[in-house]
Amino acid sequence: MNGEWLPQFLQFLFSGITVGAAYALAALGFTLIYNASNVINFAQGEFIMLGGMLTVFFLQAGLPMPLAVLLAIFIPALVGILIEKLAIEPAKNAEVTTLIIITIGAALVIRGVVQIFLGKGTHSFPAFSGSEPIAIAGATLLPQSLWVLGVAALVVAALGWFFSRTLMGKAILATSYNRLAAQLVGINTSRVLFISYALSGALGAIGGILLTPLTLTSYDVGIMLGLKGFVAAVVGGLGSGLGAVVGGLLVGIIEAMGAGYISSAYKDAIPFVMILIILFFMPRGLFGGKVTDRV
Amino acid sequence: MPRSRFTGLIVIAVVLAVLPFLLPNNFYLDLAIRMLINACIVLGLNLLIGFAGQISLGHAGFVGIGAYATAVLTTHYGWSPLAAMLAGALGAGVLAALVARPIFKLKGHYLAMATLGLGNIISIIVRNEAALTGGPDGMPVPALALFSFELSGEKQWYWVVSGILLLSLWASLNLINSPFGRALRALHGSEVASQVVGVDVAKYKLAIFVLSAVFASLMGSVTAHYVGFVTPNVADFFHSIELVTMVVIGGMASIYGSVIGAVLLTALPQALAGFEGWETVAFGAILMFCMIFMPKGLVPTLAAKFGRR
Repeated sequence: MNGEWLPQFLQFLFSGITVGAAYALAALGFTLIYNASNVINFAQGEFIMLGGMLTVFFLQAGLPMPLAVLLAIFIPALVGILIEKLAIEPAKNAEVTTLIIITIGAALVIRGVVQIFLGKGTHSFPAFSGSEPIAIAGATLLPQSLWVLGVAALVVAALGWFFSRTLMGKAILATSYNRLAAQLVGINTSRVLFISYALSGALGAIGGILLTPLTLTSYDVGIMLGLKGFVAAVVGGLGSGLGAVVGGLLVGIIEAMGAGYISSAYKDAIPFVMILIILFFMPRGLFGGKVTDRV
Repeated sequence: MPRSRFTGLIVIAVVLAVLPFLLPNNFYLDLAIRMLINACIVLGLNLLIGFAGQISLGHAGFVGIGAYATAVLTTHYGWSPLAAMLAGALGAGVLAALVARPIFKLKGHYLAMATLGLGNIISIIVRNEAALTGGPDGMPVPALALFSFELSGEKQWYWVVSGILLLSLWASLNLINSPFGRALRALHGSEVASQVVGVDVAKYKLAIFVLSAVFASLMGSVTAHYVGFVTPNVADFFHSIELVTMVVIGGMASIYGSVIGAVLLTALPQALAGFEGWETVAFGAILMFCMIFMPKGLVPTLAAKFGRR
């Protein structure tokens, strides 16, 4: 019997849960926008990139960490609102494919602007509370991982409260079930859109900021992170908040296990293999409803 | 007199015949060849997206299969270009047929996710198997030789690719006006309704998916031979998006729209080359602008405006 398996397994599990938490935040962003406007926002990954890159930029400009982080969350939220006002609302009744291309166009614009003003380099900033690893059962955990998990848990809890206890949260849910009916009972659906896109931008940015000390950032990290967030959202079943969180953690853990035990070169392929297998057997993800067709 | 459905085809043939004599140098000829190659791929993809209404965000994967089948089989295994090209097409077709049934049970965003995943897996494999494919750096491809004749120079390539495009246009026009094409359009309109009148929905989706995959693979092989070099970019997500954008900008379910979309989007990066660094921003902004103001695409929008059917 080899006594080494447990520390190694824990090590992979820790790194899986850490990235998984960031995927979960991205997946929640996808879910919010999908519920509010039935759009898959392919610019979601760019919010993650913006969070990390803007923090780097503001720190270099000499701002203190808390202010840099706040600004790096606020600006992507603003970008989310801009996308909604300038691009999604004017094209409201377009087909799925058309809307997808609009959000991809937005992603290109964001990525291009960042590349021009912040350059093509790879950046990072120091972890929030040092990088002295904590030993647990032979494996090690970085303090930054605890930050990622803690903040993600806090955000999820806050969202849970928002959607079940506040009028605005309930208005967003009502709009996602049936927009017309929501309008009829007096819900301001354009405010719902506004808030959903802002929240989604902020969520992505938070994930990006938390992850940057661990994984580095550059102008083009948003593509892969966004696609994996999309995988996570679909794993859970599009539109389900719980599904997004579980999907994010699942994608992170399976990716880390696959990279550790099977092949690290194929790490990026693992989420896509996983989603194909899941969709082949459960066409609406793990938590999605039954397929019904309206004729 | 009723307008023949081949009028547009004749116009394109005339333009193609005159074009090489108007272009000032080989740079433009090269651009024209790349436009024509893209037009062929987009034509196949439009049959799938525009006519059958099934989105694919991973079509570059099939282009990649063709390009790398040609590169790897001719370079490492000494296959003849024609055999390698056919092997690639066969591979793409078999793969498409295998995944078609489970994939096309999916709809909308789930279908987008699955096709995106498939394309990404192919692109990651190509990037990782460096011993065979040269990895991220790519690999050279020998010239296209059939029997003892070797295709060389932009002029020869131009005529060959023009021929392929005209042939595929003619075939597509016939296809969409055949019972097969009518079944496809019925499918797009309403799947349930077409099932009710006896259309085997799964069979038609499979057939059109395999057809467009084989077509993409063949054109991937042609591109590989023409450029003389392949890199993993040919199979990646961004290329898939470019292809879908060509379909949508030209006009979904518009045969001639496919050509227009391919021509415009192939030319766009060249036109933006003067913007120094702002190319990506401009490209993204133009995509958004076109889709917001012409969600149906260029050709259908203009056709509606000028009252042509």
